[in-house]
Amino acid sequence: MTQPTANCPNCGAKIVFRWSSSVQTVCEYCKSILVRTDIDLKKVGQVADLPPNSSPIQIGTEGVYNRQAFVAIGRIIYEYDQGTWNEWHLVMNNGSAWLSDAQDEYVVTFAAPGRNLPTADESQVGQRYTWDSESYTVATITKAHYRGVEGELPFQYWDKHDVVFVDLMSTNGKFATVDYSDETPVLYLGQSVEFDDLKFKNLRAFEGWS
Amino acid sequence: MVVSASGPNPPGTPRVKSLNCPGCGAAITLRSFSQAVTVVCDHCHSILDAQDPRLTIVQKFKAAVDEDRRLIPLGTRGTIRGTIYEVVGFQRRTIHVDGIPYSWHEYVLFNPYKGFRYLTEYNGHWNDTSILRSLPAVNDNVNPATVTYLGQTYRLFQTTKAGTSFVLGEFPWQVRVGEAADVSDYISPPRVISSERTGKEITWSMGEYVSGRDIWKAFGLEGNPPEAVGVYENQPSPLSADTTALWLAFVGFLVALVVMFIGFESFAHNEQVFEGFYSFDTKVRGEASFVTDVFQLKGHTSDLELTTTSDVNNNWIYLNYALINEDTGQAYDFRREVSYYHGYDSDGSWTEGSHTDSVAIPSVPPGNYYLRVEPESDFGHGTISYSITAKRDVPQASFFGLALLALLVPAGFITWRSMNFEHLRWAESDYAPASSGDSNGSDRPTTLGNIFGKGSNS
Repeated sequence: MTQPTANCPNCGAKIVFRWSSSVQTVCEYCKSILVRTDIDLKKVGQVADLPPNSSPIQIGTEGVYNRQAFVAIGRIIYEYDQGTWNEWHLVMNNGSAWLSDAQDEYVVTFAAPGRNLPTADESQVGQRYTWDSESYTVATITKAHYRGVEGELPFQYWDKHDVVFVDLMSTNGKFATVDYSDETPVLYLGQSVEFDDLKFKNLRAFEGWS
Repeated sequence: MVVSASGPNPPGTPRVKSLNCPGCGAAITLRSFSQAVTVVCDHCHSILDAQDPRLTIVQKFKAAVDEDRRLIPLGTRGTIRGTIYEVVGFQRRTIHVDGIPYSWHEYVLFNPYKGFRYLTEYNGHWNDTSILRSLPAVNDNVNPATVTYLGQTYRLFQTTKAGTSFVLGEFPWQVRVGEAADVSDYISPPRVISSERTGKEITWSMGEYVSGRDIWKAFGLEGNPPEAVGVYENQPSPLSADTTALWLAFVGFLVALVVMFIGFESFAHNEQVFEGFYSFDTKVRGEASFVTDVFQLKGHTSDLELTTTSDVNNNWIYLNYALINEDTGQAYDFRREVSYYHGYDSDGSWTEGSHTDSVAIPSVPPGNYYLRVEPESDFGHGTISYSITAKRDVPQASFFGLALLALLVPAGFITWRSMNFEHLRWAESDYAPASSGDSNGSDRPTTLGNIFGKGSNS
């Protein structure tokens, strides 16, 4: 299978897509944010310097979740009052998933469209919601600030500022996030995961830790 | 379709950063790479924003440089549950009970892949603590309240307001001296689940009791850990906390013992080997000793039960016995007394003593034996008749009793100790049993729990 390739409209560097359904990518060389159109790539923005981040995951990190292999091909970086966190875009054999890494606390979620969601103003810590017969309690409401993107994403995501996330937990280790980035909120459902359970390969190395 | 991952330009290897404190210029090391939210200058006690490249000062606090001794120095690495962690932060937290401050210490541990973990220490009691990734189910309808987590029920032990009173090193949250949180501890030794509330948000953590010795070993520390003082809230009972199992074992041994006894009873020969009838004239002075006929003990080594029966009436007879092996000359010396008194007084008739006396001589080998007998009594009390019988291989109920006692005493002792341990534990709780006389007696801190996490506001 040939990988979809193109050239960066800004600097001419070769752009290789790792996933045929990616909608957006970032040129590794000039950091232009590129969006796919029917015919070519269009530059929509520019990534400024990313904040220092020491997630052990990087583009190209592989792992296994629920017996399905995945590879991290992109990420969105947010800033909040406890530093920064990453939403890693994972691709599995049949679609996208997200691996959130906040200070090495890992959560895997999948977009869950079509459920009834509260508005951002309605949510309060301690409130309960039920989706897919699982009861979730609002644990935190985070006002985050979009700091940048890297690699391939399944949608356009670049012109963002302050974003509200409502995180919910269940008593069974299940996890839910409502993302209020856009007009219409998006629900992601998943679970907390242990680092060792994801059987990572191709992680970053840390000086002094081998 | 996923295409193979041959990474783009590598993001570079994170390195330990060395910076300078904007307050005093002293060197600051960031051990947790860019994961720390706050770092504290050891030299001038400035609390710095670790996410800011210029390390802006967010708070300064006053403390003596050596105010709190770190039992594990910052930068020390140790292995916990198979993962290497480095000590990157240290804080003292304090509660006040009746105006008296009680403090404990928390160590922040870091691994670049597994993240943060905490060790807490109070009076030599340690807990290995991490943040929970699932919500415990709270049941407020019982007293004390409980939480259920992974099928295990934890009982509320106490609720306190814990303030941060000293900080050093790095923290993955915005730590400030003087800030307080409401902490509730629910216990199921050796574990404790703590909820920590700041504002509206609650962070849950779980601690597991660890001995100081294990901490010393994990971090390769020199010397000995401080002695643990008192009983800590989630300290496992050194004796099996589950005395039910102990008593089940006791019943098992008891059954085995009864079976053994019945077995001995039915297989014992209980064979009479000697019988003799004698009389002792107390008016005769001088040596009264004599030897009996020789009798044979056959079979295996067994006990020999010697019974003395006498018609003493308000009188006594004392017998010096020697059982002598004719072949080897080996002698077993023993003394017995038979006495029987009776009378009548204001309470009615009474008796004291008995006409018979039995003694078991254990482990007598087979062979030819005779008895040397020397009777004694008061002079001039007539003639005392007595008989001597000897039986070999007699089951001894007293051995059974001793064995029973040997089983019962430790079981009873352990149960008592265990109840005593639980009493000492709960005496420190908000929910101390009324009988403890310390109904409001939380006079020691909770197990910490440190809490933070994504979005916990400070």
